[in-house]
Parts: sequence; C-alpha cells; structure tokens
Amino acid sequence: MVAGASVHTAGLRRVFDKGGVVIDDLDLEIAAGSFVALLGPSGCGKSTLLRLVAGLDAPDAGTVTLAKNARVAFVFQDAHLLPWRDVLHNTALPLELAKVGVTERLREARDALAAVGLADASDKLPHELSGGMRMRVSLARALVTKPDLLLLDEPFAALDEMTRQRLDDQLRELWSQLGLTVMFVTHSVDEAAYLAERALVFSSRPARIVADLLFELPRERTVALRAEAVFAKEARGLRVALEKGGA
Amino acid sequence: MRALRLIAPPFVALVVIVSVWEFLARALAIPLYLLPPPSAIAVAIAHDLGDLALAASVTGRAAVYGFLLSAVFGTASAVLLSASRALERALYPYTVFLQTVPIVAIAPLLVLWFGAGMRAVAISAFIVSVFPVIASTLAGIRSVEPALRDLFRLYGASRFDTLRKLELPSALPNLVTGLRVAAGLAVIGAIVGEFVAGFSESGAGLGILILSSYRQLRTDLLFAAVLFAAMLGLLLFGAVNLAGHFLLRRWHPSAREPS
Repeated sequence: MVAGASVHTAGLRRVFDKGGVVIDDLDLEIAAGSFVALLGPSGCGKSTLLRLVAGLDAPDAGTVTLAKNARVAFVFQDAHLLPWRDVLHNTALPLELAKVGVTERLREARDALAAVGLADASDKLPHELSGGMRMRVSLARALVTKPDLLLLDEPFAALDEMTRQRLDDQLRELWSQLGLTVMFVTHSVDEAAYLAERALVFSSRPARIVADLLFELPRERTVALRAEAVFAKEARGLRVALEKGGA
Repeated sequence: MRALRLIAPPFVALVVIVSVWEFLARALAIPLYLLPPPSAIAVAIAHDLGDLALAASVTGRAAVYGFLLSAVFGTASAVLLSASRALERALYPYTVFLQTVPIVAIAPLLVLWFGAGMRAVAISAFIVSVFPVIASTLAGIRSVEPALRDLFRLYGASRFDTLRKLELPSALPNLVTGLRVAAGLAVIGAIVGEFVAGFSESGAGLGILILSSYRQLRTDLLFAAVLFAAMLGLLLFGAVNLAGHFLLRRWHPSAREPS
C-alpha cells in the first residue's frame, strides 16, 4: 500500500527571462493522500508550480519539500509516449530507466495497464490507439512506479467529453485505491469539483492563492453526482472564487 | 495494376526521349564524338561490359567505404555536438566547412596524405557525404520533444540511456534522410576522387574510365560510364531507402503510409 506524500512549499519564487515573475512568495501545504485541484487563469503559473514540485525546474527562491524519498510521477497534457515502443514497453519505461529487472518491470507494467483497463492493448503501438487510450497508457506509465505523488497537468483537456468522464472516474478510483497524493491542474470547474477533495484557485501572474476550498462531497462519486444539488453548490462556490481571482 | 500505373509514365517518357535522341543524332549526322546515338552507347556497353562492371565495382567499393565512414563519423559527431551548446557553437562552423570546401581542390591533398588509390578515393567520398549526416542527425536530436526529455529526467535516466532510448530513436528518421542524401553524394565524391587519385590497387574506377574515354574521344564509352555512375548512386540510395523503411516502418509516418 502506498502512503502518499505531503507537499510543502515556502516562499517559492520563480522568474522567467521572458514573462517576468510567475510565482512569488508562494506557501503551500498539501496533506499526504489528498486530491487537490489547481485552477486559475491560463498562464498563471500552475504548470510552473507542478514542474517545481516535480523537480523539473528550480525555484529562484524558496523551497519545495516533499516527504522523504517520495516517488513523483507526472502526466502531461498530451500522452507523450515513445512512438517506436509498444504499449507495454512504454509503460515499463520508468522502471527500465531505474534499472529494474526485465521480468519484474514487465509484470509491473502489465499490472498498471490492467489498472487502467488496457490489459489487451499491451502489444499495440501508440499510433494504433485512440487519444483516450493513449492518455490511459500515459497514466499507467505514471502509476507503474507506484508513486506517492501524482502530478497531472490538464491531462484530459484534449479529449472528448465521454472519454474525459470515463478517465475522471478511473483516476478517482485509482486514487481511492492507492491512497496517493494527487495534484491536478484543470480548467474545468466541474472536473475539479468532481475529482478533488480540495481546490486551490490561483490569481493571474504572479500566482497567488486566492481561494482554498474544501468540497463537502461523498467519497464515492459517480456520474449521477454531477446532477445533484450538493455538487452544483460546490461547483458554484468554486466558479465564484475563480471569477474573483481572475478579475 | 498500381505498379503499372507507377512505372508506365516514366517508361513511356524514356522511350520517347531515347527515340527522339536516336532519330536526331542520325538525321542531323551529329559526329559520334559529340553526341553518340543511344544505340552506339548500347553497343559500347555490350562491348566494354567487363571494364564497366569492374570500374563500377571499384568505384562502388570506395563510395560504400566513404558512405559508411560518413554514417559512423557523422552520427558520432552529431551526438557529440548535441552534448553541449558551447561545443556546437565552437565546432559546427567547421563541419559546414566540410560541406563548402570544393572537393576537387583538396583531392590532391588527399593523395599526398593517403597515397593514390582506394584510400584517398574513399576519403574523398567521405568528405563530400558526411555533412548531411551530421546536420540532419543533429537537428533530429535537437528536436526531441521537451516533455519527453522531462520524463527521462524525472525518472532519473542516465545520460547514456537518454541518448540510447530517446535521442537516437527520435533522430532516426532524420538520420535516414541524411544518409539518403549522403548515398548519392558518396558516389560523386568517389568519382571526383578518382579523377585526381587515379588508379586504385584493384583497377580503374568509373572516374578513370570517364577521363580515359574523354581523352580518346570515346564519347559512347563516356556516356556508358556516366550511366553506370548514375546507376551506382541509385543503387546505394535504394539500399539506404530500403534499410530506412525497414527500420521505421513500424512506427514512423514517413514509412507507414504506402507510397
């Protein structure tokens, strides 16, 4: 069982040569095992924040502290699979880079593919898959390392509504099974309210937290929830916060 | 049926051009040494087939050696240059030099350094054909998706793994394109090399044959040699194409579409 990792940032600052101050003096506390949605105007620095948390980018000031030895996985807006590798070997890639033995890494990859419902597609090449399937492979690749912290940067934005709903359900399911910490950047208020326990709303650059909402929604969530009054209320609250922040 | 549609137009064009050429050469009584009719060239090919085949094999060997040198050295240079921007800035201008230097002018140098014969000829083929391999492979490595680089970094990939499992496979389509260009150039480089380097240990190449038939005003044989040189280039190009198709067919759009 994976424990989930807490995330803590203090005085985080990031400045780009072009574009100026993106993040300034950001303090953030994310509890282990929580599912947090990050919302805010386009280009406000949410993606930069994720990259800083992942260690893909270095802050100009301040610190990012993760729980000790936390394994981090990242899912990008596009699937970004290696086009010359079949689904199974794409999924096994992170373990391969970590020098895990071939038998073990392929077994783990098969498990991860089964978890996203793609057990049958393991010998397909990326170009033979639909956009939604590619995204699920990307998710499986992220899960194969058994991460404590999963970072997703608008992962389902390019997909159609049906596929997106299915992947939302799958992600939520995986989160409640695996107990990992999830930070999820999205532009969709409904998606944020449906998936997350907590939402952070950011202002435009430099990114400041303008709202920090906890959703009071049942842990078990199905499509039917989206039609209920409690859901509408939480979504409305989030929408209002977003409009205030964007202004 | 499809193959026929593909082959028929160029074949018809060839027949028309050759017929018109044959007709004009005879009707205008053009001297043989200026423009021999196709039939005379065919006779020359039949008569000197042994010499032509030997010459083509000598030149072909030099071209293949030069091409293989280009493939290995070109890929290695691209990997090296891609390792650092500073290195690229420092060295890339000199690889352009390889491209712009007139090979005819430095061929005598090659003979001085490597001796007349196969070695100088192969190096001439190499110098002429290496730049496209470096340039296109480097471009391929440079244009690896940034997100994929991030992914490899996130999972702690070693420099060597990043090269082997990300950069080189990503650059493979570019490498194949570079090699395609290099294949044709290597034959040109070999023939120019032979103009200067002369006989090789294993006999006279097409370059020598072209020079000697020119001196003897055997224009029919000259045409035959040029034809063999062109076919040599085509053969090498075709081999690279086939290898490229085989390597890329599973995943790359350029090889996937039936053409």
